[in-house]
Amino acid sequence: MVSVLKRSLAIITLLIIGYWLAQGLAGVPFGQDKMLVGHYYLDHVKEQTGAVNAVTAIVVNYRGFDTLGEVTVLFIASTGVGALLWERKKRRTAKTEGSIVLTTGTRLLVPFVMLFGAYIFIHGHLTPGGGFPGGATIATAFLLLYMAFTMYEIPHKAFEKTEGLVGMGYVIVGLIGLAIGGYFLFDWIWQTWGWGHDNIGRLFSGGFIPIIYILIGLKVGTELSGIIDNMLKEGVKE
Amino acid sequence: MNCVTCIDYIIIGVMILSAVFAVEWRDLLAAAVGMAAVSLFASILFLILQAPDVAMTEAAIGAALSGAILIFAIKRTQRFETEEEERPGWWIRW
Repeated sequence: MVSVLKRSLAIITLLIIGYWLAQGLAGVPFGQDKMLVGHYYLDHVKEQTGAVNAVTAIVVNYRGFDTLGEVTVLFIASTGVGALLWERKKRRTAKTEGSIVLTTGTRLLVPFVMLFGAYIFIHGHLTPGGGFPGGATIATAFLLLYMAFTMYEIPHKAFEKTEGLVGMGYVIVGLIGLAIGGYFLFDWIWQTWGWGHDNIGRLFSGGFIPIIYILIGLKVGTELSGIIDNMLKEGVKE
Repeated sequence: MNCVTCIDYIIIGVMILSAVFAVEWRDLLAAAVGMAAVSLFASILFLILQAPDVAMTEAAIGAALSGAILIFAIKRTQRFETEEEERPGWWIRW
């Protein structure tokens, strides 16, 4: 009987909180743009960053420091998974091979999935998407390989080195901006060197956005593949 | 009768249905698939609402990667939820 009381109390509390929220939100006009900063971004995005895709310009250029924080969060998550599931010796323990449909489909699809992921993060300043979706797509390709073949493992040495170098590369790009322009993650390629000003809307434009998004894409892809690898392998006793 | 927004409502209905199934099913493998279905329909909804970048992220991470990681976890533990306490009636759980 006590649990029924507790539950009904919880439901009543939820209803009251929901009513308050609905009252508060009812006064806000939905779909109207009251934000001034959004208009500022949309008006100045082309001449200030050279990117056609305003979302990417905001994520990488105006708020690049936030994005560095996001990459750090992902790195910490990957490290945590690695530390929690650490074993002295880990090996793939899957017994059954993937079915013929899965293996054939994987052989055919994996190159295209990887190409699509690379396309997403290389063209981040032109088309929707960017480093995070592209990297996740590449990790999906590795997930397919892991599911289809029992003996498959990612090349650990190369992946770890790539991950570290790429994370360092992001900070180095930011530090070069600090040296040239005076603040961290200053867009030196676009604003100081002025590369690609007559090229807006093509691949070689957008300042350092493509460079940083390629770095982020590689980092996210290798990290998520590492998480999959850590989750799938099991420790074996000597 | 012009009914483009009907598609939105159908997708939202399917999402709510899959979410309820994901909570209610005792078979955890089916529940994980139900959760991935919520993400998949959410990504279609994002595409209809003209946020293709969010749709891509949702499809790759929500539907593919997190579903796969949940399934790996189920493989290492157990597939069916055990009855730990007596379940109250549906009018309280809902």
